[in-house]
Amino acid sequence: MSTLPAITVSKLSKTYIVPVREAGVKAALGSLFHRRKEEIKAVDGISFNLAPGEIVGFLGPNGAGKTTTLKMLSGLLHPTAGEVAVLGHVPWKREKAFLRQITLVMGQRNQLVWDIPAADTFELNRAIFRIPQADFRRTLDELSELLELGPLLRKPVRNLSLGERMKCEIAAALLHRPQVVFLDEPTIGLDVLMQRRIRSFILEYNRRYGATILLTSHYMADVEAMARRVIVIHRGKLLFDGELADLVRRFTAHKTIVVQLGDCLADLKAYGEVVSCEDGRTTLRVPKAETARVTERLLADLPVIDLTVEDPPIEEVIERVFTQGSA
Amino acid sequence: MRDLPQIYAQQFKTSLAMMLQYRASLVIWLIAHVLEPLIFLVVWSAVSRSSGGSVGGYSPGDFAAYFIVLMLVNHVTYTWVMYEYEYEVRHGTLSFALLKPLHPIHSNIADNVSSKLITLPGMAVVAVILALIFRPVFHLQLWALAAFIPALFLAFLVRFLMEWMLALAAFWTTRVSAVNQVYFVVALFLSGQLAPIALLPLPVRVAAFILPFRWTVGFPVELFLGKLTPMQALTGIAVQLVWLGLSLLLMRVVWRAGLRIYSAVGA
Repeated sequence: MSTLPAITVSKLSKTYIVPVREAGVKAALGSLFHRRKEEIKAVDGISFNLAPGEIVGFLGPNGAGKTTTLKMLSGLLHPTAGEVAVLGHVPWKREKAFLRQITLVMGQRNQLVWDIPAADTFELNRAIFRIPQADFRRTLDELSELLELGPLLRKPVRNLSLGERMKCEIAAALLHRPQVVFLDEPTIGLDVLMQRRIRSFILEYNRRYGATILLTSHYMADVEAMARRVIVIHRGKLLFDGELADLVRRFTAHKTIVVQLGDCLADLKAYGEVVSCEDGRTTLRVPKAETARVTERLLADLPVIDLTVEDPPIEEVIERVFTQGSA
Repeated sequence: MRDLPQIYAQQFKTSLAMMLQYRASLVIWLIAHVLEPLIFLVVWSAVSRSSGGSVGGYSPGDFAAYFIVLMLVNHVTYTWVMYEYEYEVRHGTLSFALLKPLHPIHSNIADNVSSKLITLPGMAVVAVILALIFRPVFHLQLWALAAFIPALFLAFLVRFLMEWMLALAAFWTTRVSAVNQVYFVVALFLSGQLAPIALLPLPVRVAAFILPFRWTVGFPVELFLGKLTPMQALTGIAVQLVWLGLSLLLMRVVWRAGLRIYSAVGA
């Protein structure tokens, strides 16, 4: 079996040129005659590969360049510099053979026609993507079952809830069974239950069809559940590319120790930084290297009912990555 | 290309479903499309009567015939792609069209044609009612009616491609409505929607001959009403073909240039 990457990105950059104007009448008049332009580097020389069938989480704060990168990978944006290849195609050429094999789901925008049932948009996509009738029926049945679309397909899209609409959006984007799937915040604004359902669906799609998936999300639970590997970018530059567990290891100098003592009366300041104490459970933050020693002392000195050592929450790790990245 | 009929058929179903969701707006749209020619019809009939029953050879009955046929021709060739592209570029929904393995102009055409087919019966009823009220006079000629069909088809194509290119202005400027405004004023004057071109001063007639507007509305109307000689009819169709060729050549260039901008500033 060939192990050619499904996606190759090499020294990819995108610079936007945007007009700038000071506030005020004078500046407004001035801009009539002389427009000042500013260059904004949205993506600045990033490189990475994705193997076929891989699911990778693409992380970064707002404005980091995630969406710009996804748009370059799906052919909507022309790179300023660098190379991109997706399934052997140059995305911005938007060849039909390429477009038939990819999809881009944007959680904040919708492709479904607002006033008519999703089933009608599905039919239109079937015609445009030239999906044979039998394949279409089978895929639609599978998607309906996995996403529990059933009665939603017959209702006008505008009458669907946000979560229901997102499920239909995802189905519409996958009817042609793309081999490469770009997901830009597919769970944004959804409740926890719906987020979980979409996550398990994406995993199932990946398992069934061996699709390569690159997804962005601000919900760390999404990333933890779906992606073993993450790519972190900040201000257009690549900060980290590797396993999620490595990211945690690399960027955390602390561990969290939770001790249950029965009450909150004891002063544990001597053992580490006290984060909180509730119902007799004290949370301590200690330097990673001292974890074993502190645990030993706690157990020796105090009437400990229970004790656990944990990595800090992933949100905290990511926050640290971003703040270190901008320092 | 061989799948286009199927895609058009599907787009037709989708457009039909969409339009039927908005029955009230269909009626409002119909009224708007009737009102403009109706106003000009009333004004010109009054002018004709007050100047002794004829203005530039047009009697009130001729004006009635002119504006009723104009209303129908305008209905066939009219487009709204400018508004669509303005919205789609500004809101970024054009990106979805660009992710599909089909040039977006196909769904624009299919959408236009299907909407026309749905609204045509309504327009026909209105035309009959107006005819009963305003008593148009027709001097129909068989050869002219035969020539009218290709002329109308070419008028539709030329106008569609021209306004589609104009719609792409959305790639360059966020002030598309200003561009449209200029276009509509010039078109109103030079297409024959304000008055038959023959009644306008010579410089305007020359401009109307050179520019494409007349060939997208006024020319088929004049042809239908038997106002043209066979030579003028042939010349007109030849000019339409020239504009069609130019538009086809130009639209690729404009589309590519527009896409370059769209994909440079952020889709």
